[in-house]
Amino acid sequence: MIDFDTLEKGQQIGSTTVFVNRADLVRYAGASGDFNPIHWNERFATEVGLPGVIAHGMFTMGAAVQLVTDWAQDPGAIVDYQTRFTKPVPVADPAGTNPSDAAGTAIEIAGTIGALDAEARTARVDLVVSVEGTKVLIKAQAVVQL
Amino acid sequence: MSINPDLAGRVYPAQEPYAVGREKIREFAAAVKATHRAHYDLDAAAELGHGDLLAPPTFAIIVAQRADALLVNDPDSGIDFSRVVHADQRFTHHRPIVAGDQLVAELHVDTVRAMGGGAMISTRAEIATTDGQKVATTVSSILVRGEDQ
Repeated sequence: MIDFDTLEKGQQIGSTTVFVNRADLVRYAGASGDFNPIHWNERFATEVGLPGVIAHGMFTMGAAVQLVTDWAQDPGAIVDYQTRFTKPVPVADPAGTNPSDAAGTAIEIAGTIGALDAEARTARVDLVVSVEGTKVLIKAQAVVQL
Repeated sequence: MSINPDLAGRVYPAQEPYAVGREKIREFAAAVKATHRAHYDLDAAAELGHGDLLAPPTFAIIVAQRADALLVNDPDSGIDFSRVVHADQRFTHHRPIVAGDQLVAELHVDTVRAMGGGAMISTRAEIATTDGQKVATTVSSILVRGEDQ
C-alpha cells in the first residue's frame, strides 16, 4: 500500500516500455470494436495521408496507464485519466516476419507525481509517453485515489 | 458536405444497454496489455473489494464510442468518418466498472468549432447503470479534417 503522506510532488513512480505490432492492433480492434482501417490496412492508411498503419490512440492510452496500475496496485483506484493525442504511433510490417512475432514499435512510458490533493487524498500521476524520443501523448494525467 | 454547426447542444438519448461481460473484460485487458489479476481472476477482484471482474481504466471507451457513433453516423451531422482523428480523451470514474454491469450512455455534443474546412467536435457520454447509478463521464474531441487537410 502507498502511504499518501510520504508522497512528494515531482517524485518518479517508474518507467516501462510497451511494444506494439500489427497483431496487437488487430487484437485491440476486436476487443474495443474500433475497426477503423487506418489501424490495420496499409493501403487505406496511406490513401488518407498517413505514413502507414498507426496504432489506435486508445491502445496507447490504455497501455500507458499500466504503469500507474502497477504503482497503485488497484486499477479501480484510477478515478480520472485523460490525454491528448499529438503524434501518431506508426506500426511497421517488417518483411520476413510473422506479424505476431515482430518486435513492434517501442512506446516508452515514464511517470511522476504531478500534484497531490491532501483533502481528497488523491495523487495525480503525469505520464510522459514517447516513441523514438517524440512525445505521442501530451497532458497524459491519471488521478489515483489513495 | 460540411459539418452541421447546429450540432452543439444536441443530446442523443441512451440506446440498448451494454452488458459488461467477464470474457470481454479479459479480452480488453489482454488487448491493452493490462496485467493486474483483478481483470482476470474473481478472487483477485474480490481481494480489492469488487464483486466481479474489474474493468481496466479505459474500458468505458467501448460504451463511449458506441454513443459517439450515434453522432458520427447521423446523416444530419455531415461527419465523414474516414476523415476523423481522435484528438483527446478523458475518463472520470464515479465508481469502477465490473462484470455484470448493464450500462447506458447519453451522448451530449458540447462544442463544435470550425477549423479550416473541418471542425473540432467535443462530446460527453454520461454513462450510468440501467437503474440510474452514475458510473463514468467520458469526454472526447474528434477532429474532422476538411477536404484540403
